[in-house]
Amino acid sequence: MLNFPRWKQAAIIITCLVGLFMVLPNFLSQQALDKWPRWLPKGQLSLGLDLRGGAHLLYAMELDDVRKDWLDSLRDDARRRLRDAKIAVSAVGISGQTVQVRLARPEDADAALKALRQMIQPLGNPLMGGSGTDIDVQKEGADTFTIAPTEAGLKHRIGNAVDAAIETVRRRVDAVGTKEPHIVREGEGRILVQVPGLQDTAELERLIGETARLSFHEVHPSVTPAEAKAGRVPVGFKIYQGADKREGEYLLRETPVVRGDELSDAGPGFHPQTTQPIVHFSFNNSGARKFGKFTRDHVGKPFAIVLDDKVISAPEIRSAIEGGSGYIEGNFTPETSTKLAIQLRSGALPAKLTIAEKRTVGPSLGNDSIEAGKLAGVIGGLATIVLTILYYGTFGIFACIGLVVHGALTVALMSLFGSALTLPGIAGLVLGIAMAVDANVLIYERIREEVRNGKSPVAAIDAGFTRAFVTIADSQLTTLACAIVMFWLGAGPIRGFAVTLTIGICTSIFASVTVVRLLIYYWLNAQPRGKGTRLALPV
Amino acid sequence: MRFIPNFRGFDFFPHDLRLPFMRYKGLCLALSLIAMALSLAVILQRGFNYGVDFTGGSVIEVQSKTGAADIAGLREKLNQLGVGSVQIQSFGTPSDVLIRVEQQKGGEAEQKAAIAKVTEALGAQYEQRRFESVGPAVSGELRWTGFKAVVAGLLAICAYVWLRFEWQFAAGAIVALTHDVLLVAGIFSFLQLEFDLSIVAALLTILGYSVNDTVVVSDRIRENLRKYKKMELNALLDLSINETLSRTILTGCTAIAVLLALYIFGGEVIRNFNLAMLLGVVIGTYSSIFIGAPLLGYLGVKRDWTGAPTPAAPGAAQRRARAA
Repeated sequence: MLNFPRWKQAAIIITCLVGLFMVLPNFLSQQALDKWPRWLPKGQLSLGLDLRGGAHLLYAMELDDVRKDWLDSLRDDARRRLRDAKIAVSAVGISGQTVQVRLARPEDADAALKALRQMIQPLGNPLMGGSGTDIDVQKEGADTFTIAPTEAGLKHRIGNAVDAAIETVRRRVDAVGTKEPHIVREGEGRILVQVPGLQDTAELERLIGETARLSFHEVHPSVTPAEAKAGRVPVGFKIYQGADKREGEYLLRETPVVRGDELSDAGPGFHPQTTQPIVHFSFNNSGARKFGKFTRDHVGKPFAIVLDDKVISAPEIRSAIEGGSGYIEGNFTPETSTKLAIQLRSGALPAKLTIAEKRTVGPSLGNDSIEAGKLAGVIGGLATIVLTILYYGTFGIFACIGLVVHGALTVALMSLFGSALTLPGIAGLVLGIAMAVDANVLIYERIREEVRNGKSPVAAIDAGFTRAFVTIADSQLTTLACAIVMFWLGAGPIRGFAVTLTIGICTSIFASVTVVRLLIYYWLNAQPRGKGTRLALPV
Repeated sequence: MRFIPNFRGFDFFPHDLRLPFMRYKGLCLALSLIAMALSLAVILQRGFNYGVDFTGGSVIEVQSKTGAADIAGLREKLNQLGVGSVQIQSFGTPSDVLIRVEQQKGGEAEQKAAIAKVTEALGAQYEQRRFESVGPAVSGELRWTGFKAVVAGLLAICAYVWLRFEWQFAAGAIVALTHDVLLVAGIFSFLQLEFDLSIVAALLTILGYSVNDTVVVSDRIRENLRKYKKMELNALLDLSINETLSRTILTGCTAIAVLLALYIFGGEVIRNFNLAMLLGVVIGTYSSIFIGAPLLGYLGVKRDWTGAPTPAAPGAAQRRARAA
């Protein structure tokens, strides 16, 4: 076992060096980092909100709103389809979590079932093996039908609503000009917004709470924005900026043709003939009427879709759009069409968002915590080093080198995975160090035991590593099982802790076993050999 | 290697010590059971001083800009605002104050209004350093998640131990771990220390540490079971505990040293967390020696491990040769 092939030695040393290099930027000031050669790593460990200060807002979506909206639109859809199929109904209404339809004449039942079944949409990508449908249509009696959302359908719907809401929230948070906001979905119907450095959240809360403005505008038929800028802006028109990466400016009529609150749905799709990605949309009745009239009068001319005063798309009207639904063609990729659909849907929040949890930490407290953590870390680290070297002599020094490598690799991996260091995370690091020390203690105690049992030094070292490794693996794996449970079930601080602990466990096996073994291998090779010299273990 | 001095460490641990743990196994188990029952009684009777994570409501940490904070004055002023009971406590230094506003009836808007009142009453003399507010829906969920996490952690560990060892080991581990978690929780309940999400994390960590300890002892027991096929079980358990005692104590001391440093210097925010970890390490070390192994003594264990893949044990052969 105490044989190390060259490539293995090289691999271990390179891993250690890479780890150390990746940690180095954490000890440098920003000025020094700017002068840093470009090929060296620059990433610093990002700090959690509890350490750097910032705001953490957890929004909960009113899922009942989503459910109710859907039932409403299902009811309208059912009514329209039956009307189109010329089937008379006596009642269409919502009862509980279903839509109930009663026909005027029972003999229409078969036709009605056929019409209603067309409402069923498959869920998921059919190419990937779709997973059921979004609604169930059942015939209850001779002339009654129920349309009931399925569990999966509801989940899908809520997922869409949350995605749309996230898009809206992101745009609004960006509007405050905050740096690196972190906006993610959490569980079912929750959105977590984390903004580092922000303490007064009043402005942010107001912005997130307000409804977005989406509108469809007429583009000026002849005057270009440049001309308008140079000369005079025509009466009733205004210059709008393009959003995001859409460059340029647009001269649009200030009063919109239709407002976004009249949009009832939007989704990505593909053009049936050209198979180009497109975006479907549909208006409610009044929106459909206005939009129909406008497009009839403006075939061949562009119109602009404006979101929060920025033009997100300016497609050309190919034909009059009657009936309230149509599609937008453009140079879309599947991704951009999905994004635009989400933006259209998210123009207004799909459901009310309420703050379920809010935590803010001021920068001064964050600084105090960092200082306290550093002090405690240094003192705890020194105590460990002194104890280990005192107890294990030269081998104790090796263990400490292993510890340094362990710390460096843990921090390096954390920066690599982009996981932030939080206050409980510091405790996780400390526990990781304790586990790393434990691994060395297990090995060295075993070596001493084998020596006491009369083994030769080399054989004792060999046995120490082999035997102790089983124990180390067992104990680390049980802790790992615990950490995985924490990550899986835990929230917020527990998660941060679990991540650091997991990384710590993984690196400790490398640093405290492999690296220390290599060091002892070098040490053995450096000892004087020959007849008469008896090798004494410094443990 | 030339730069590293060659010197021996002090092996100050008395390795010849053969403490007769098993002689007192009944007493140890009885004491542990009593401690567990007491903890449970305390928890049931006094309950926990749950933090806002679990009860809902808001916490504001403020720091006085003008030296020591007037806690009595604040208490009087804030409790007259009509936002329910407002708890005020000093937090670390004399100038730091923790203000806790209970969950208002009526939801988010009322809570916001109550906080605005408190902030206004505090005035410009206090700098707001931290604010936490948890709604009733989330707090109920967090409490449930926390409980689930601890139980699932326990079960995951047991499953692993069962897989790697025998069911008797898993039984010993689950009793030892339940003991640790229950005792730490009991102490928190007895002292009415704030119990929040970070304490749940601490309990999970204690599980991790304690099982680590238990596994080390179990591993040695298993090894000795293979080595000494004829040795009486209690003597074998004693031998195994004694053989691993130096590592148990050394690792425990290192962990305690580090945690003590964190407890003293790590700041107020994670003080309770560190206290829980400290208690857990001490109790966990105790339980792996005095609960896990003694329980094996009672439960008995499979003695024939020949079927299992056994690493060669030349040490045993040597020892037997010397004895003969």
